Amino acid sequence: MTNSVDNSKRRFLTTAATVVVGGAGAATMAIPFVMTMAPSARAQAAGAPVEVPIDKIAPGQQMIVEWRKKPVWILRRTEEIIADLPSLDNKLADPNSDMMQQPEYCKNELRAIRDEILVLVGVCTHLGCSPTHVPKVEAASKGLGDDWKGGFFCPCHGSKFDFAGRVYKGMPAPTNLAVPPYRFEGDNLLIIGEDTQGVA
Amino acid sequence: MLGNLMAWIDARFPATKMWEDHMSKYYAPKNFNFWYFFGFIAMLVLVLQIVTGIILTMHYKPDAELAFASVEYIMRDVPWGWLIRYLHSTGASFFFVVVYLHMFRGLLYGSYKKPRELVWLFGMFLYLALMAEAFMGYLLPWGQMSFWGAQVIISLFGAVPFVGEELALWIRGDFVVADATLNRFFAFHVIAVPFVLVGLVVAHIIALHEVGSNNPDGVEIKKHKDENGIPLDGIPFFPYIVMKDIIAIIVFMFVFALVVFYAPEMGGWFLEHANFIPADALKTPEHIAPLWYFAPFYAILRAVPSIAGSAFPGVAAMGLSIVFLFLLPWLDRSPVKSIRYRGPYFKIALTLFTISFVILAFLGTQPVTPLYTFLSRLFSFIYFAFFILMPFYTKFDKDKPVPERVTTK
Amino acid sequence: MKILITSLFFSLLSLSAAGHAASGSVHLDHFEADLTNTASLQRGARTFTNYCLSCHSASYMRYNRMAQDLGLTDKQVLENLMFASDKIGDTMTIAMRAEDAEKWFGTAVPDLSVVSRSRGTDWLYTYLRTFYKDPATAIGTNNLVFDKVGMPHVLWEQQGYLALEHDDDHDPHLSSATEGDLSKSEYDGMVYDLVNFLGYIGEPSKLQRLALGKWVLLYLIILLLVAYPMKKAFWKDIK
Repeated sequence: MTNSVDNSKRRFLTTAATVVVGGAGAATMAIPFVMTMAPSARAQAAGAPVEVPIDKIAPGQQMIVEWRKKPVWILRRTEEIIADLPSLDNKLADPNSDMMQQPEYCKNELRAIRDEILVLVGVCTHLGCSPTHVPKVEAASKGLGDDWKGGFFCPCHGSKFDFAGRVYKGMPAPTNLAVPPYRFEGDNLLIIGEDTQGVA
Repeated sequence: MLGNLMAWIDARFPATKMWEDHMSKYYAPKNFNFWYFFGFIAMLVLVLQIVTGIILTMHYKPDAELAFASVEYIMRDVPWGWLIRYLHSTGASFFFVVVYLHMFRGLLYGSYKKPRELVWLFGMFLYLALMAEAFMGYLLPWGQMSFWGAQVIISLFGAVPFVGEELALWIRGDFVVADATLNRFFAFHVIAVPFVLVGLVVAHIIALHEVGSNNPDGVEIKKHKDENGIPLDGIPFFPYIVMKDIIAIIVFMFVFALVVFYAPEMGGWFLEHANFIPADALKTPEHIAPLWYFAPFYAILRAVPSIAGSAFPGVAAMGLSIVFLFLLPWLDRSPVKSIRYRGPYFKIALTLFTISFVILAFLGTQPVTPLYTFLSRLFSFIYFAFFILMPFYTKFDKDKPVPERVTTK
Repeated sequence: MKILITSLFFSLLSLSAAGHAASGSVHLDHFEADLTNTASLQRGARTFTNYCLSCHSASYMRYNRMAQDLGLTDKQVLENLMFASDKIGDTMTIAMRAEDAEKWFGTAVPDLSVVSRSRGTDWLYTYLRTFYKDPATAIGTNNLVFDKVGMPHVLWEQQGYLALEHDDDHDPHLSSATEGDLSKSEYDGMVYDLVNFLGYIGEPSKLQRLALGKWVLLYLIILLLVAYPMKKAFWKDIK
C-alpha cells in the first residue's frame, strides 16, 4: 500500500518536472515560429533612413516622400502660418504635445527642429488614412469655414489638424500626427528615420 | 466546477467519450516494441510539416520568376526563416524514413492481415498521397533538380498509350514544366493534398481503433478478456503507450535536430546540390537523380526496357511495384502474422525483399551503367518475386506454433 | 555471384559520394571551411568585392548582414568594400546588365550567392587555382576543372600564368609559366580566404545554425533525463 502511494507521488513529481521542462522547451520553440512574421531584413533595408534635399521646397509648399512605405510630409511653413499657430491653442486637444507623438527634440510649440520646416508622418492617428493638405485659401471649397487657418483634413472621418500636426478638439483622431525621428545635415539635406541618437 | 463544465460539453459534444474511446480506454497490447513508435512519430512529423509549411507559404512566391529567389529570401532575410525551411526540408525526408519503418513493421508482424486489411489500405493510400505531396513540394524551390525531376516524372504520363501526350500536357499546362505547372503544384501541395492526408490519417486511425492494434506476437489480445471486458494483455493507450511514445519522440527529435543543425543537406541526399542552381529549361544537369525516397521505384522504371517503341512497360512496372503493396493482405496465405512464428521461407523472402529495396534505392540515384542496369533488373526481379510468389511460399511455409497470449521478455 | 558481391561493395563505397554529381574526372583539392576565422572571411570579402563583384553579383547577400557576421562596422564596409552600391542594407548587385554580360563573355555570368552550395567548396578552391594558358581557346586561357570556361584568369597578377603539361603517364599537371606577385602558398592562402567567404555567403545562417544546434541537443538530453523517470513511474505497475 505504501508502495503505491509512493509511486503515485513519484508519478506526480516526474510528470510535473516533465511538463515544466517540456513546456519551457515548447515555448522557446514557438519563438522562431512567431518571429518569422516580424519585418524581414529586406523590409528593414527598405525602411532605412531617407535623405531628402529640401532646398527646392518653396515657402507654403509641401513635399511628400516615402519612408517605411508611409507618406512623410515636409512642409516649409510661411511666416504667416507660424504666426497663426499659437492662436489655435484653445481649440486643440493637446496643444503642448504632451503625448509622445514626437521625438523629445520636437516637443515644442512648433513641433519641429527648425521653425519653418515641419516633418510629419502623414498617417491619421485615428484609423490610418492619409489626411489632405488644405491651405487657408482653400478652406471654403472644402467646407472648413472661415476661421480655418490652414492645416490637414482627413477625408475618411473628418479629423482636423493644424500646421503643426496638432489635432483639434472633439475629433475622431485621438492624438496629434506623429513626427518621425529626423535630423539635418548642412542647410539643405533632411534625413528621415535617423537622428543624433542613431537610426530609428 | 470543471466537472460541471465537462458535463455541459458532453451533453453537446462527446468529448469524454472520444477521449475514452481513443485514449484512456483504448487498450493496446502491452508488448509493443521499438517498431511501434513510428505511427505516432509520423503524426508528429505531419503536424511539423503543416506548421512549418504554413509559415513558408507566408514568404514563398509560386512564380517561376520569383520562386528561387524567394527561397533564398526565406533562408537569409526572414527572421528564423532558415530554421523553418530546414525543418520542412528535413521533415520531408524524415517523413519517409518514418513511414518506411512503419510499413516495414507491418511486414514484420503481419499487421496488414485480417482483420486489419482496411487499416493497411488506408495506410497505402496515405503513402501514395505522401508521395504526391513530396513530389509536388520538391518542384517549389525551382532549382535545376526541381525542374528536371518534375519534367521527367510528368513525362512518365506521356508513356500511357493513346492519351499519354495530351495527359502530360494537361498536367503541365504548358509544353514544358513552366510557371503554370509551378503554380498548380503549389496549390496541390499546400491545400489539396494536405486535406487528403489529414482525412486519410483520421480514417487510418478510426479503422485501427475499431479492430485494435496488432503486436510483435501477432496474437489478438481481444480473445482473452477479464470480467470487465478488458483485454488481459491490453493496457490503456493513455497514459502507458503515450509515456513510451514521449520517450521515443524525444529520441527522434534528437536525431532530427542533428540533421537540421549539422547536416541539413545530408551530403546531397536531402537537398541536392544542383538544386542551388535556378531552373533552366535549356540546360539539363549532368545527372538527374530523384530524391532518395522515390529512388527504388525510379530504379524499377529504368530497369524495364521499352518494348515496341513504347516506354509504357517501365511505367507500368513502376506502378505495379506499388500496386502489389496494396494487395499484400490477400497475397499472404499464412495463418501466422508475426515473423516470430513464421517459417524460413517467409524470413528469407522478406530479407531478400528488404535488401532489394535498399539496393534499388541506391541504384535509382546513380547514373546508368551496364552493370547498374543489370543489378536494377536483378533486384527488380526479386522485388516482384516477393509478391508474386507470396501465395505459394506463405502457404507451404513451416510456421511455428503461435502462443495464446502475448509474450514479454 | 562474385560480380554481384564486388559490385555491391563498390556501390556502398560510392554511397557517401553519391550526393555530389560527378564533375569530370579531375581530382579536386580538399577544402576545409572555417567560418570562425573572421580574419580569413574579411580578407575573402576584400578579394571578392575587389575582383569578383564587378562582373558577378551575389544578389541574395546583404552588405549589412555581412558587416554584422564578419565583425565589421557599417562604416568600414561602406568605405572599404562597397563599390557597386551605397546603401548598407542593399544586396550585392552589379551594374552590368545580363544581356551585356552575355555579349562580352559569351555566356550568362552566374550569380555567386549560392555557388558554394551548387559547386561545392572543393571545386571552387581547385577551380580558382587551375587556370592555365591555352592558345586553343578564344580568350587564351582554360581551366582544369571547367573546360573552355568563359571567365578569364582574373587573379593572374597574383598567381601568374600556369601551363598545362602532359607527363608520360598522361596525367595532366600544371606548372608555372610566368611568375605572379604572390608565392604559391600566398596565392593558395588568398584563394582559401576567398572560397571561405564564398562558403559563408552561400549560407550566412550557418553561423546561427551551428551556434544554436548544441543548445537544442543539450536541451533534448535534459528533457530525456526528466521524462524517462516519468515513463518508468507509470510503467511500474505493468507486469
